[in-house]
Amino acid sequence: MVNFDQWNGFEGRLWKEQIDVRDFIQKNYTPYDGDESFLAGPTEATNKLWGKLQELMIEQRNKGGVLDCETEVVTGLTAYGPGYIDESMKDLEKVVGLQTDKPLKRAFMPYGGIKMAQQAAESYGYKINPKYDQIFNEYHKTHNQGVFDAYTPEIRAARNSHIITGLPDTYGRGRIVGDYRRVALYGVDHLIKMKEADKANTGDGTMTDDVIRLREEITDQINALKGMKKMAEIYGYDISQPAKNAKEAVQWLYFGYLAAIKTQNGAAMSVGRVSTFLDIYIERDIKAGILTESEAQELIDHMVMKFRMVKFARIPSYNELFSGDPVWATLEVAGIGMDGRSMVTKNDFRFLHTLENMGPSPEPNLTVLYSSALPAAFKKYAAKISIDTSSIQYENDDVMKPVWGDDYSICCCVSATQTGKEIQFFGARANLAKALLYAINGGVDEKLGVQVGPAYQGITSEYLDYNEVIKKYTVMLDWLAGLYVNTLNLIHYMHDKYYYEAAEMALIDTDVRRTFATGIAGFSHVIDSLSAIKYAKVKVVRSDVEIKNKKGEVIGVAKDVATDFVVEGDFPKYGNDDDRADEIGVWLLKTFLDMIKKRHTYRNSEPTTSILTITSNVVYGKATGALPDGRKAGAPFAPGANPSYGAEQNGLVASLNSTAKIPYVWALDGISNTQSMNPEALGNNKPERIDNLVAVMDGYFDQGAHHLNVNVFGRELLEKIKADPKNPEYANFTIRVSGYAVRFVDLTPEQQDDVISRTFHATR
Amino acid sequence: MNEIKGMVHSIESFGSADGPGVRYIFFLKGCPMRCKYCHNPDTWGSSALLAEMTPQEAYEKAARYKTYWKSGGGITVSGGEALLQIDFVTELFKIAKEHGVNTCLDTSGQPFTRSEPQFSKFKELIKYTDLFLLDIKEIDNDKHKELTGCSNESILDFAKFLSDEGKHMWIRYVLVPTVTNDKADLEKTRAFIDTLKTVDRVEVLPYHTLGVFKWENLGIKYGLEGVPTPTSDEVKEAKEILGAL
Repeated sequence: MVNFDQWNGFEGRLWKEQIDVRDFIQKNYTPYDGDESFLAGPTEATNKLWGKLQELMIEQRNKGGVLDCETEVVTGLTAYGPGYIDESMKDLEKVVGLQTDKPLKRAFMPYGGIKMAQQAAESYGYKINPKYDQIFNEYHKTHNQGVFDAYTPEIRAARNSHIITGLPDTYGRGRIVGDYRRVALYGVDHLIKMKEADKANTGDGTMTDDVIRLREEITDQINALKGMKKMAEIYGYDISQPAKNAKEAVQWLYFGYLAAIKTQNGAAMSVGRVSTFLDIYIERDIKAGILTESEAQELIDHMVMKFRMVKFARIPSYNELFSGDPVWATLEVAGIGMDGRSMVTKNDFRFLHTLENMGPSPEPNLTVLYSSALPAAFKKYAAKISIDTSSIQYENDDVMKPVWGDDYSICCCVSATQTGKEIQFFGARANLAKALLYAINGGVDEKLGVQVGPAYQGITSEYLDYNEVIKKYTVMLDWLAGLYVNTLNLIHYMHDKYYYEAAEMALIDTDVRRTFATGIAGFSHVIDSLSAIKYAKVKVVRSDVEIKNKKGEVIGVAKDVATDFVVEGDFPKYGNDDDRADEIGVWLLKTFLDMIKKRHTYRNSEPTTSILTITSNVVYGKATGALPDGRKAGAPFAPGANPSYGAEQNGLVASLNSTAKIPYVWALDGISNTQSMNPEALGNNKPERIDNLVAVMDGYFDQGAHHLNVNVFGRELLEKIKADPKNPEYANFTIRVSGYAVRFVDLTPEQQDDVISRTFHATR
Repeated sequence: MNEIKGMVHSIESFGSADGPGVRYIFFLKGCPMRCKYCHNPDTWGSSALLAEMTPQEAYEKAARYKTYWKSGGGITVSGGEALLQIDFVTELFKIAKEHGVNTCLDTSGQPFTRSEPQFSKFKELIKYTDLFLLDIKEIDNDKHKELTGCSNESILDFAKFLSDEGKHMWIRYVLVPTVTNDKADLEKTRAFIDTLKTVDRVEVLPYHTLGVFKWENLGIKYGLEGVPTPTSDEVKEAKEILGAL
């Protein structure tokens, strides 16, 4: 057992024997079931810094989305000098550290793919030093190059037709949450010592592929830990020892996270479950009389300010997929411990309170781990913040805890991983709606006219027969599942090889569990289409589709492709608590998951799936032809597990009941649901609205539902903002979209229309 | 035995204004009144119908949502005029109360009468109804007839009946500029409300035109064309006079 002076006053023993932050939290945290009246407003320093940062953000928007971009120096832990929000105010920053030497300046991150890094810079008017062309094309390979070297023609075709898309083959895969708390609790020297011990225990001495790779990876991790210390030194801190007070704990933890975002441009760079942990340090300091509530809030505000500043250089096609410049700095509050105690602390209030002290914001992606058993005062406060800011999401702790324990983090939008013990191989999503069209068209793409899927016999009848469709669809899905898993295996092999997350993995157990996170797009449209085929009559409209080459010249014609459908009669739709439709959804999920599960997955990872599209529902929809549910060609899909637009006919909670029927255990990577409500529809006045929102969430989550994005505003407001985007009043107006939050003005006009067209639950 | 069946025009799974907490609302078909500002004229006639259902079937439909009712929510029956199907409502509420579910009736009170055999039915109904949402459209009977096509006598009597029986109610008043916003009438309405002993809440509902499209769809001429919606000051003043929240 080790002991440090910095641990004076902390209880427990196990966490001193081994790296075990969970045990430290459970032995030391103080549950809080009171209300928000203890909270403190922003300090003068907070107002000054946040004021400056808002100016920079407006400047960034006026410059087309990027304020500044590094073109000379490749990113790394110590690549750039110290950076501050404002040099002249740097003493006001209670938490320091930026990705580069200037605020909001984007680092040069070539390892995911040099071409993408160059294009990203160029699309905002910057030019990467040409010497890197030679370095990363001739002397050293990137992740992107590795993947494309190994891709098969079949994978390329599927990628091109968008039956699988959003794949992390041109950027960092992300979704790995380092246990950044370890830096604060143990100090870096102790972590190095533990990793060195792990390295000495790799295998029995036989140099198998696995052992060789592990030894190399642990060495990379140890080097990253050493680099982290140097990185902190640039800012005048020595993080080799444990943090001795709250201020240091916040700073040490943030340095751990900073190491991750300096070295990786993953799609999701989540912070994790840090709130209850940090509360322990704050409580100790407040008790000792060396910290006031105002100072505690200031620490959290300043840390959150840093999370609001995380940025990466992205290419335009990436922005179309994941709009609004998100980084998924997801951070959790609340939850219930395995022993039944609420894990809500005062700090959970403080994190939500940042949305009041500094206004609404998409980042960090604040996530309430919800249970109807949480303290009533906390539930009400969270509901109040939702009504005021639409900036938080809720995920059901009651369904996640049995699977992931009580120390999991959300590693993107909705995906849980045990903090410090587990990582995820992110796999974007497969377009199951397009697969239905492939079943009907015998593998010919309805947009491109080319053979993408296997040339199984298509359907030639005028009207679709349910049994025939299901039979052919199941076979086509199986092909898709196989292709999809193969593609992901290949991507993650290359990512480990060329873009290994050494800094994050250094803060995760060496003996790590891996999940293999697949995903589904087009969920509601497949359900409604199959329901239409089963309960109404669906006539196929066939036409010729021109085949074009890369230049857009017509080089052939595909004959008699099903390009449209005529539905005769009414049919049950997903989103109305109608089992006839909802059970099709349950069948679809289980069927596809089983097809994924039976296949070999890279590094023996455990296959999971999600029903989550983020904003890629627009891009997916664009690439998909008309469907038997009446959705027109090119129209956006409903996001995530949401019902289709206009399908919900029985009000909000009927819609919620439909989504709640999807078994979480079959979609362990998450089931995203986004709902927007007019404030008037929630109740007559604020206290009633708060009570009703809590009642809605209790009712929804008690049925085993997984996730809810809560937006409280009317369609009219969005239309007003769209018409007047430069109005400073709207600059920070934040909305929840599938799995994350964005500033509405940062969405593309197309996505703004998509959000506006979605179902708003209003009073009748 | 004739099985009672409710003629249900539509349902809403998430009502938040028609009673306490989250409400499952049945909108029943048919109405004896023809209020000029009605925002559900599609419930009047015989054309639209979601389903005919027995009280038991209706209860089971609603009970799928009982997880949302923990903070006092429950079932609300509205319309149309729900009292036209009093047997159905009574039976539905009886089943609901057997399961401990809060019940709420949104009514104009117009079909109320103290003559038998109907009167006994009202006495039975109130046993199973936790809260009444009672619309008072206009205190002046002549104006009431002009606005709704009916006298307001039975409505005011129903309010008195509920008060005497100790049944709780929310009084709702639709404020229509130039039609129901006469100050003297508002004061008279207040005086009447003050005679009632069981009013938990008075609500002023600002007139809106969100239901006008339904009149157009039905091909009926809208009765209040050109009448503006009330300003927030007008609403505030009416609330003060009526003692509303």
